Parts: sequence; C-alpha cells; structure tokens
Amino acid sequence: MQLARLRVLNFKFSSLFRPRPTSAAIAKERLKIVLAHERAGSHAPDFLPRLQKELIDVVGRYVEIRDDMIRVSLGKSGETSLLEINIEIEGAKAKAKGLGSVVPA
Amino acid sequence: MDWGAGGMTRPGAASGRENLLAKVVAITSGKGGVGKTTSAAAIAAGLALRGHKTVVIDFDVGLRNLDLVMGCERRVVFDFINVINGDANLNQALIKDKRNDNLYIFPTSQTRDKDALKREGVERVLEELKQQFEFIICDSPAGIEHGAVTALYFADSAIIVTNPEVSSVRDSDRIIGILSSRSRRAERNEPPVETNLLLTRYDPARVAKGEMLKVEDVQEILSVPLLGVIPESESVLRASNTGTPVAFDEDSPAGRAYLDAVARFLGEQREMRFMQPERRGLFRVLFGRA
Repeated sequence: MQLARLRVLNFKFSSLFRPRPTSAAIAKERLKIVLAHERAGSHAPDFLPRLQKELIDVVGRYVEIRDDMIRVSLGKSGETSLLEINIEIEGAKAKAKGLGSVVPA
Repeated sequence: MDWGAGGMTRPGAASGRENLLAKVVAITSGKGGVGKTTSAAAIAAGLALRGHKTVVIDFDVGLRNLDLVMGCERRVVFDFINVINGDANLNQALIKDKRNDNLYIFPTSQTRDKDALKREGVERVLEELKQQFEFIICDSPAGIEHGAVTALYFADSAIIVTNPEVSSVRDSDRIIGILSSRSRRAERNEPPVETNLLLTRYDPARVAKGEMLKVEDVQEILSVPLLGVIPESESVLRASNTGTPVAFDEDSPAGRAYLDAVARFLGEQREMRFMQPERRGLFRVLFGRA
C-alpha cells in the first residue's frame, strides 16, 4: 500500500520535472524531417510542378482555387508507386455557371 | 606490324597508361567554413607521413587558401589554371613540401574564376598526376556549383567534412546526393565513389550536455561510414596561423585524430578517440593549457 502511494507520488513528481528535450535532440528531429522531405523531392520526376499547374488551371475553371490548395506528390505504398493529388475545395466557391464554354450545358 | 615481339610498345602506351593504384580523393562538404582546407592539408600530410606520395590540389579558384594553410604561399609561381591552359607544365607548378619529401602542393589561381576549371583540362592534369602520385587530394570549394562539382567529378573516393550542426549536416546530405548522381563514376555506371564522413569541430563536453549533435546522430542521419572525429582544438588555429598542416602536430588531439583518420582511410582498424569530455584536473583548471 505504502509502496503504491509512493509510486503515485513519484509519477507526479517526475511529470512535474519532465526533462525538456535537449537542443541536440531537437536538431536531430528537425534534420530527419527536412532530409526525408528533400531526399524524396530529389527523386521526383520534374513533371510534378507542371502537372500541379495544369490541375490548378482545370479545377480553377469550376471552382475558385488558390495555388496552395492543390498538392501533388509521388510516393510509395509498398511495392507500387503512388501519385497522390490532394485538392482542397472546402471553402472554395463554385464559379457561376455559363461563364465559359468549358462548362457543358 | 608485330607489337608483341622485339620489345616494341604500342604508341602512346607508356605515357597514356593509367596508374591503377592512384586514387583521386575529393574533400567536400557543400557548406563553407567547416574545415575542408584544414582537413585536405592534414589528410595529405598524414598520407605523406605514412610514406605515400601525395599531392593536394586547390580547386577553389579565385579564393585560394591551401597555399597559406600549407605554408607555401611565397613559393607559388605557376598554378592549376596555368597548367590546364598549357601555359606551364606540371612540374613547374607543383610545390614540394619542405617538411616531407612525399608531399606536394598544387596551388590554384587567385585571379581567375571557377569557370576556368574546364573539365577536359582537369581530366588531363589528373591523368598526368596519376603517373607520379599514389593519392591526389582535391580540396573542393564550398557550394554545389561548377567548382565544387568539378572537384568531385573525377573522384574515386570522397571525404565529407561535416560539423555537428544542422546546416552543415543538411548540406552534406546534398553533396552525398550529388556524388551518387553526378560524379563520373555515377555517369558511367561504375562502382560508386567510396564515401566517408569526417566530423570536425566536435566538442564532447557540449555533446554530453545535449547542446551538440552526437557523432552517432550525424552518422545515423547521413548513413555513410565514419572515417574520424576531429575534436574542436586550439591547435587547428595555431596550425593555420603558422602554415603547418595540423597532422604534423602530433602532440595535439586534432593532429592525432587526423592521423587516426588517415590510418582508417588506409584500411587500419583504430578505435575512435577524443569522443569523451576531457577530465581537467584542478591543476589544469587553475594553470591550464587546453
């Protein structure tokens, strides 16, 4: 009983004085993340930026969209390569119909 | 014609034959100020001390400093660019070190810019150096532009000089990528450039306090074999002040760490030293010399 209480006390005490990560540990984490990103980018085919731009043009005919609302990336899922296209349209306004010939009647 | 008998040799064979044992070693880092020239000078000196005929070339055209670090700045007459352009021959430009007979310095031009490093010219000069030397140490300029890429293009081996600091580690990763994609070995699908990590300006006391990346962390992130760890040391500045490669200072921790790295480069097993904070006795704290 006494031992258990001691443990509770000990737990609270340690969480109060939980050591903050050292600056070296922060440096390591930041490097791992940025390098994982850059290494992936260095092998990406150079058509990705063009694809992204054309997608923005196409989607932009129908909804109002900003450049940063479309993200294109090439990754891997197990054995297969995965072309991932994320289009954020929440909050995007639909463009008025009949403005251009691109919208079928 | 009979080439086999009568002691005849094929035309050009004698002068064109490559010394297969000669090794071109690029000292590179991406980031500036991490200790490339200091390391190039120390490693070249260390190899010469081990009896290997070695030349160290300055690829930093326009910002030449290897001559100062090697202490031969007043003996420069002709340079790398003169030889590339055919204005001087190799033996007019090579400077023989006064401390070690196996060591030669090949200075670069201070007035030209990096575009003067024509790839064909560099190749021709390196082939000529391979006839005379076992090791050709190429001291790269900082950056990832023409000068730096030319310095690593012909490399058989590369030593990545890195400080335990985020920007240096990131730039090292970038240069490792360039070595594996844009070197001649990569372009020709030959065995890859043998790449090693040299961690410099390492401060074990700060590492112990969690203020500096550990050698294991840097190695884990870059995942290249570790050639050596050079401790932060007053002797490095003292060496450059006097124009002496720090490997000639066998009393200093940095000098010994470079000699260890050279031994590992030559294939020896050596335990890593200078990785624990130095215990300073009371006497040293009071009257100490680091």
